[in-house]
Amino acid sequence: MTRFNAFSLLRNALNGHRGWTEQWPEAQPKPAYDVIIVGAGGHGLGAAYYLATQHGITNVAVIDKGWLGGGNTGRNTTIIRSNYLYDESARMFDHSVDLWQGLSQELNYNVMYSNRGCLMLAHTVHDVQSFKRHVHANRLNGVDNRWLTPQECKAYCPPINISPDARYPVMGGALQQRAGTARHDAVAWGYARGAAARGVDIIQNCAVTAIRRGPDGAVIGVDTEKGFIGAKKIAVSASGHNTQVMATAGVRLPLESVPLQALVSEPVKPVFPCVVMSNAVHAYCSQSDKGELVIGSGTDQYVSYSQRGGLPLIEHTIAAISEVFPIFNRMRMLRKWGGITDNTPDRSPIVGKTPVQNLYVNCGWGTGGFKATPGAAHTLAWTVARDEPHPINAPFTLDRFRTGRLIDEAAAAAVAH
Amino acid sequence: MLLIHCPYCDETLPEVEFAYAGEAHIARPENPSEMSDEDWQEFLFMRTNTKGPYYERWRHLHGCGRFFNAVRDTVSDKFLTTYQAGAPRPDLDTLLPPQAEGGK
Amino acid sequence: MSFYRVPGKGRVDLSRPVTFTFDGKTCAGGRGDTVASALLAQGTHLMGRSFKYHRPRGAVAAGSEEPNALIGTRRGPGRFEPNTRATVQEIYEGLQTRSQNTCPSLKFDVGAVNDAAYMLFSAGFYYKTFMWPRSFWDKVYEPFVRAAAGLGVCPSEEDPDHYASRNLHCDVLVVGAGPTGIAAARAASADGLCVVLVDEHSEAGGTLLSEPQAVIDGVPAWDWLARELAALKDTGVKVMTRTTAIAYYHQNMVGLCEKLTDHLAQLPDDTPRERLWRVRAGQVVLAQGALEKPLVFHGNDRPGIMLAGSAQTYLNRYGVLVGRRPVVVTSHDSAWFAAFDLADAGAQVQAIVDLRADVPEALMQQARARGIPLKLSHTATATRGRLRVKSIRVNPVTGTGVGSPEVIACDAVLMSGGWTPSLHLFSHTRGKLAWDDDRTTFLPGETPEACVIAGASRGLWGIKAALNDGAAKAREAAAALGRAGSAPPYAVAQDRTGSGVSARELPTDLSPGRAKAFVDFQNDVTAKDLRLAVREGMRSIEHVKRYTTNGMATDQGKMSNINGLNIAADALGRKQPQVGLTTFRPPYTPTTFGAFAGYHRGAHFEVTRKTRIDAWAESHGAVFEPVGQWRRARYFPQTGETMDDAVRRECAATRAGVGIFDASTLGKIEVVGPDAVEFMNRMYTNPWNRLGVGRCRYGLLLGEDGYIRDDGVIGRMGQDRFHVTTTTGGAAHVLNMMEDYLQTEWPDLNVWLTSTTEQWSTIALNGPDAAKLLQPLTDVTLTEDAFPHMSCTTCTVAGMPARLFRVSFTGEIGFEINVPAPMGRALWDTLWRAGQPLGITAYGTETMHVLRAEKGYIIVGQDTDGTVTPHDAGMGWAVGAQKPDFVGKRGLARPDLVAEGRKQLVGLLTDDGSKLEEGAQIVFDPAQAIPMTMVGHVTSSYDTGTTGASIALALVAGGHARLGETVHIPMPDRTIAARIVPTVFVDPDNARIRIPAPETEGAAA
Repeated sequence: MTRFNAFSLLRNALNGHRGWTEQWPEAQPKPAYDVIIVGAGGHGLGAAYYLATQHGITNVAVIDKGWLGGGNTGRNTTIIRSNYLYDESARMFDHSVDLWQGLSQELNYNVMYSNRGCLMLAHTVHDVQSFKRHVHANRLNGVDNRWLTPQECKAYCPPINISPDARYPVMGGALQQRAGTARHDAVAWGYARGAAARGVDIIQNCAVTAIRRGPDGAVIGVDTEKGFIGAKKIAVSASGHNTQVMATAGVRLPLESVPLQALVSEPVKPVFPCVVMSNAVHAYCSQSDKGELVIGSGTDQYVSYSQRGGLPLIEHTIAAISEVFPIFNRMRMLRKWGGITDNTPDRSPIVGKTPVQNLYVNCGWGTGGFKATPGAAHTLAWTVARDEPHPINAPFTLDRFRTGRLIDEAAAAAVAH
Repeated sequence: MLLIHCPYCDETLPEVEFAYAGEAHIARPENPSEMSDEDWQEFLFMRTNTKGPYYERWRHLHGCGRFFNAVRDTVSDKFLTTYQAGAPRPDLDTLLPPQAEGGK
Repeated sequence: MSFYRVPGKGRVDLSRPVTFTFDGKTCAGGRGDTVASALLAQGTHLMGRSFKYHRPRGAVAAGSEEPNALIGTRRGPGRFEPNTRATVQEIYEGLQTRSQNTCPSLKFDVGAVNDAAYMLFSAGFYYKTFMWPRSFWDKVYEPFVRAAAGLGVCPSEEDPDHYASRNLHCDVLVVGAGPTGIAAARAASADGLCVVLVDEHSEAGGTLLSEPQAVIDGVPAWDWLARELAALKDTGVKVMTRTTAIAYYHQNMVGLCEKLTDHLAQLPDDTPRERLWRVRAGQVVLAQGALEKPLVFHGNDRPGIMLAGSAQTYLNRYGVLVGRRPVVVTSHDSAWFAAFDLADAGAQVQAIVDLRADVPEALMQQARARGIPLKLSHTATATRGRLRVKSIRVNPVTGTGVGSPEVIACDAVLMSGGWTPSLHLFSHTRGKLAWDDDRTTFLPGETPEACVIAGASRGLWGIKAALNDGAAKAREAAAALGRAGSAPPYAVAQDRTGSGVSARELPTDLSPGRAKAFVDFQNDVTAKDLRLAVREGMRSIEHVKRYTTNGMATDQGKMSNINGLNIAADALGRKQPQVGLTTFRPPYTPTTFGAFAGYHRGAHFEVTRKTRIDAWAESHGAVFEPVGQWRRARYFPQTGETMDDAVRRECAATRAGVGIFDASTLGKIEVVGPDAVEFMNRMYTNPWNRLGVGRCRYGLLLGEDGYIRDDGVIGRMGQDRFHVTTTTGGAAHVLNMMEDYLQTEWPDLNVWLTSTTEQWSTIALNGPDAAKLLQPLTDVTLTEDAFPHMSCTTCTVAGMPARLFRVSFTGEIGFEINVPAPMGRALWDTLWRAGQPLGITAYGTETMHVLRAEKGYIIVGQDTDGTVTPHDAGMGWAVGAQKPDFVGKRGLARPDLVAEGRKQLVGLLTDDGSKLEEGAQIVFDPAQAIPMTMVGHVTSSYDTGTTGASIALALVAGGHARLGETVHIPMPDRTIAARIVPTVFVDPDNARIRIPAPETEGAAA
């Protein structure tokens, strides 16, 4: 693996960039692995990377039915934050944010993590109560988050309309300075490169058709388009298709897969310095380094794997953006796309062991999985390596739906992730 | 935007008139108190989430207000049929043209 | 007449001159010109700078696929937009335009230093550097990258224009009004179908506008066009120009964006700027045509280098010669015709350079006849000229390699790499694409939608083929709708069919590793960038695209996708389908946000629901708050009062005399039927069997998970009739939930549900004088015996039919009077007048919240959050434990819901009397380090009430067993200690709620 730095870049610039090598080789499956990870998104690739780097397990394959990073990793609006209400969520997401801070250096791949701050706008008295609850809980959890007046919101992000005459006037906002964005593709590529360099096989365009279990019930491998591949342990992290993959092992999940849309505007010079989320109005916006306004839309109401999404939602999303940021009304939408998000009843993920021995799952991240990439991957690797929960992912069990010990971020705050 | 046939109004109307209501044919148990936590979890939360023809419920919210069932292919988003609540689950074989099924 | 304008050519009306400005300089053109055609007519090719290297660029196309000539357009305050395509924007008197991404000017741009260092800025260079020191990304590198990136600047003012939207239903929608689309519309409309024909250009015609030489059915093309358009109008076809089909949605819904004013000098008062059409079509005919491919060679991006077909369009449609001494470089026959047209219009074509050895003899004859030098089997290897191309370097290609160069001076280069079908909308349908190896292009395959694709967009070339295919496909569409349609064969003379080969990066004798052979012009992606991406392991076109940004510019790959794919496939040594085609995403061209927002701006962003009493509140100075879609009066400040002042006054007045409150927003549901009681038993936690007619009860509604969803007072108006109230925000959800159970789980129950929220105006009277005020206005005897607390009845109040409830959300004597909604204001006015002697005080939601908190009454959603059970809220008494079942009963029995240590609702009184902040977190041990173990939070807190103290409600772990204990609330500046107390702060014995027995007349006097 060629190390990336300014000198290697300069050296290669002088020789016509002929010295660069493959960031990950095109792997063909071996007969068996110690661990197979189903799904080559950021979470799966990251788990492989941490298995190799933290646990010395390198006989690992990451298998995907398409191209690595082609699912939700490459389709999200790249918002990273950890200002969640419940201790369990705050720990998981803040662990991620900790890892994000040094991820570029760790991977030797610039994932462009940018601490530009995430501002959540409150538009009703209820919002104010709810967001202040978050601010206080975050403070006592050691998670950065503070309250801003409408004027402070405007100063932090000038395009915000704070007119008291707005249909939903801004009554303040909660700012997490440590939050921000990252370059989504680079995260997948960086993990893939780092994992591959340590011996992990990344097998693309090879759909897993079934998980196979032995006579004792434990997993023994996977059937794929390229034949059976043996595995001592299997972790499934295939957002959008977890239900189907896990069903082949006889595990039912409390998931519904719904389309989520997002869009970008044409690129313009820097105008929007941070991430703004307005849950009451349903406006989520940031500006990419390329200059595009990156806008999250909502989920359509029905289960779908079509990745299409409907027009009414887009109309509402754009109206919301124009409501909060009126100067954007003459901007133009450049591109919109859809992804498939797996939602749990409490909008918190399921990470860890399953009723099947040596089968692990990482799913249900809903609309908020990207921000958790390093933390989810890091703790999943731990769980797979040791066959036990990591303290941080321990609360996110499948069993909580039986006991009722839900981590109900959605109910608690009516906050979209 | 989907077009949905309301089996009560017998009209095909745009999606904005309807509200989704989740997977169909999950009947509330007769005696919930006698159920185990596992079974109650199954009823409350576990969903088939089918990729392909899916039995699901809609409500003609801004119309007749009735809940009804549908079979929709979640890959193409195409409705195969809609039918009144309480009607038996239609047989997929009769809904799908043979070649479409083979192509799945 | 400018030097480059050709007399007698084109459709621009120069007798109607139009002036506009470009970078402050006044320019002239004629009606029908675009900014690009007008600038080209005065010899200006330089129109912009590229994204990364800031290279000088001119228009490379003549339509919406333009990647280079992007400008800022302005007409007065608030009306500015960046990144407008100069090739699309029509000029009008007063239009101001500016070049973009330049500093300090278009001709001298310091950003062009990037161009000199281009080898550093290879594909994905930013992934490899800018990582040290760690903190520098945010503070140094990223601001630099961000400032360099972006194109134009964002508007800075609010948009004064308005936008509209409409629905349209038709039998056949035809997208694209070129020959294919026109023939399709004719064929489809012949049998009476309702047909809509749309085109993004300012006029219909498509290719015909660029090919006036064609003769269709014996009529010159432009005459034929006029005739057909008239005929379409006669048959009722709706022809919409300046209307772009932006996206193809489920079940044949196509979104159109119609531009109505961006070409007008005078803005009509009553016309929206743009209109979004949601078209639902029985059948869709896609006739979007084909896009010309640029050739990829070193220096292919200088101003003056453009697509040959576009040059032909500038000449034939706009009457503009893009150069007097052009060179044509091509691998396709079509560019030869462009050369002929330009030569015939007076240009001295310096050479036709064709990669192919074999070119149809007829073409060569025509070229020779015009004296055009021919260079077959030649490649282009470089160009020169800083702000405008001055020369091109061409070399012969032999079996052994690339021969010696020759430099040809020129003032324009017309290039053509052939054509690629426009499959954008087809791709939106999730239609499958099939690779055609012969033509090196994707062609449309199957689609799940009711849609046909015709003409050049499925790979057919030539006007005759387009016409006949358009008609034939439209007849298919008509047949699918049960109609015949018509498809007469068209005869076309002077048609220009042809073929070509598809070139990758052109062969060169220079180092390909150093070549600036652009594939994506706007994003400055070169062939070597694509090869680098492949070398680094990017094997799918999705990866290549994302790594290099090829195809991600504002043309969304219209220019670059297919060349990028071919080059990447070559580098990988694979067939194109194995590398994949990036999916085309909506919209087809960038579309104004305003068009999507439509009417939903400002006050119309979302409907505002107002009660019948809202106007009174507004005229009495109420400050409002949004609650769901409602706006509710929050408080009524008098002169000089703050919110706290007003609330303190309103609270005191209500506890001392009588307060009046508009409770109309409360959700109301009428539950009626023989099985109404059973239904209520199953829905709500409480038992309802023994609730007598004329009595009411506080009801709790759970979800099946056992958590509180809603609450409200429910009155039994008759044996079979309940008047159910819900929270303001929860009404719709509760009704939906009730309907769900009734229709699908208990269809055997004979019950009817009706939303009556808006049928009733509800006015609450509270305070010791409430009965005194109300008694004279009603025939109900308002005594403790005759109408005790929690009574309800049908009666008249102030002569109005009413439902009267004796309920209290304040702890005072309370009534809620429901009258038919339209009478609400009259009742309010009557009560207001009658209450004057008693000092009646109007109060808002804030005072309502304070007064109820003093009594420990919860607000669902504030004191509960979706994780609170009735027991947690201290309302186990409301749960009918003896009932066999109700919604949520089983959920309540789950292990975690009966576990010890759940958070429970309690009261808090601070030791120092200070007011707690709502949302503040509670700990048992204030000395612990962060992260602290939090045991609950403050749900409600007020210091404006009538107890003289600040009070709070809170959820605290195990709180019910901790009465009297001290908890701590760590704030940023200090930690506040508070004592756990019962939730009722005022009148725990409910003495105040009772109406005192009537005193003797003598005593009263």
